[in-house]
Amino acid sequence: MRAIYILCVRQLKRYIRSPARIIGSLGQPILFLIALGFGLRAMFARAGQGNYINFLSPGIVSMAILFNAVFSGIEIIWDRQFGFLKETLVAPVSRLEIVLGRMLGGAIVAFVQGLVVFVICLIAGFRFVTSPYLPLAIFFMFMIALLFAGIGTVFGSVLQDMQGFPLIINFLIMPLFFFSGAIFAANGLPRVLGILLRLNPLSYGVDGLRGALINQFAFGLTTDLAVVTILTAFLLAIGSYFFSKIQL
Amino acid sequence: MNEMIAVQDLVKNYGEFCAVNHIAFTVPEGKIFGFLGPNGAGKTTTIKMLTTVLDPTSGKILVNGHDPTREQKQVRRSFGIVFQDPSLDDELTAYENLDLHGVLYGVPHGERKKRIDMLIDFVGLGDRKKNFVKEFSGGMKRRLEVARALLHKPRILFLDEPTVGLDPQTRNHIWGYIQQLSKDENVTVFFTTHYMEEADRVANEVAVIDHGKIVAQSTPTELKEKTACATLEDAFITLTGHAIRAEEANATDRMRMIGRAWRGGGRR
Repeated sequence: MRAIYILCVRQLKRYIRSPARIIGSLGQPILFLIALGFGLRAMFARAGQGNYINFLSPGIVSMAILFNAVFSGIEIIWDRQFGFLKETLVAPVSRLEIVLGRMLGGAIVAFVQGLVVFVICLIAGFRFVTSPYLPLAIFFMFMIALLFAGIGTVFGSVLQDMQGFPLIINFLIMPLFFFSGAIFAANGLPRVLGILLRLNPLSYGVDGLRGALINQFAFGLTTDLAVVTILTAFLLAIGSYFFSKIQL
Repeated sequence: MNEMIAVQDLVKNYGEFCAVNHIAFTVPEGKIFGFLGPNGAGKTTTIKMLTTVLDPTSGKILVNGHDPTREQKQVRRSFGIVFQDPSLDDELTAYENLDLHGVLYGVPHGERKKRIDMLIDFVGLGDRKKNFVKEFSGGMKRRLEVARALLHKPRILFLDEPTVGLDPQTRNHIWGYIQQLSKDENVTVFFTTHYMEEADRVANEVAVIDHGKIVAQSTPTELKEKTACATLEDAFITLTGHAIRAEEANATDRMRMIGRAWRGGGRR
């Protein structure tokens, strides 16, 4: 337990001490929020779909969490290259505790970044509805963070250096985001796209978060809860497994 | 006398390449053991296997009576290590780095604080303990790593080229303390170095490894006598030849360059 705690604290300290990173990782969500949110707002309204900012914001919050969570896992590569990973691997604590501490710390950081983006969305005009599901928004945000911290940990454990990094951005993070229903509705899509969407774990996180915030579910609350919870548990296990196999 | 480290018929292959080739040695408790060899001879690979972070291809290892491949926790609790490459968290302060280590090793809070203050003063960083490690020079980082390795009072100390980049004053100071520990508290020390006069001065026993094989093992004095050389450096060269060894730039070196470029250089 003490190992989980101290490694978690380490990640939080690193986060709050690096304002450049905090601001830097806000850039992309804000860009998408402004370009898509305001750019497509008129068209979305004309199509009779209502307020696009309200639809988009949960997706943008999910995006911020997704990016930060995956990066937190990939930080293993940095720690490996700069040596700190060794210090944790020779310590008399189980690899499970180490990796849980890392994933938890990374997830908390991603969650906080999500909250910051949420506030920015509010400033941009996002209005959530008060429904009984509202508290679930916190739950879904945190689950997305944990889930993708797990995925990031898998890649961070397997990759030896940062060479594979653009690969992860372009062939993992970007597709996960674009095919998640973050920026368009999950209903009425071409068949292939619809399947991709349903295979993407982020889709259920986005749908759950959107449902909790503006009470519009595409898959239904039960499905979202079940898929996100099971997948998160699964990926935490997979991430831990890959981390435990690291050799120096 | 207790054997703190016992290695039998140890082998590590990376594909076709044999990094460690059937080596055997023992280190009695309380002794200072120098593990010498040219670049790429297999020193660091051996230390990795002794310290549970790399599985051997075959062979038997006992560290403090435990097998590093199966009883990892017991082995890890027994030793402290200074790695060849830096292993501090640059974004934490000197104190935080040591504190994190103490927590990982289960050193109780009060004792942790006391020992950190004592050790950080010992390595001459007392007035810098609240500074971020990224502001430290290479030598200061090294000293901090030595302090960290001693924090949890290990029975065995692994030192992989611990004195690289340290001035003679610091080197003497640190070796003096380590010799004291070995004498007073019976701490076993396993170290590698390229400074032969250092090995000659501090080691009770040395082993010379080359191309993955141990080519000589005895006290420094015996080694000099056997090779009819005046210094350990000459004996070392007699044993391992004059050829300069190639060591490939690894991923770490490449990453360091990227890291420096990213963070705008000047910080180191």
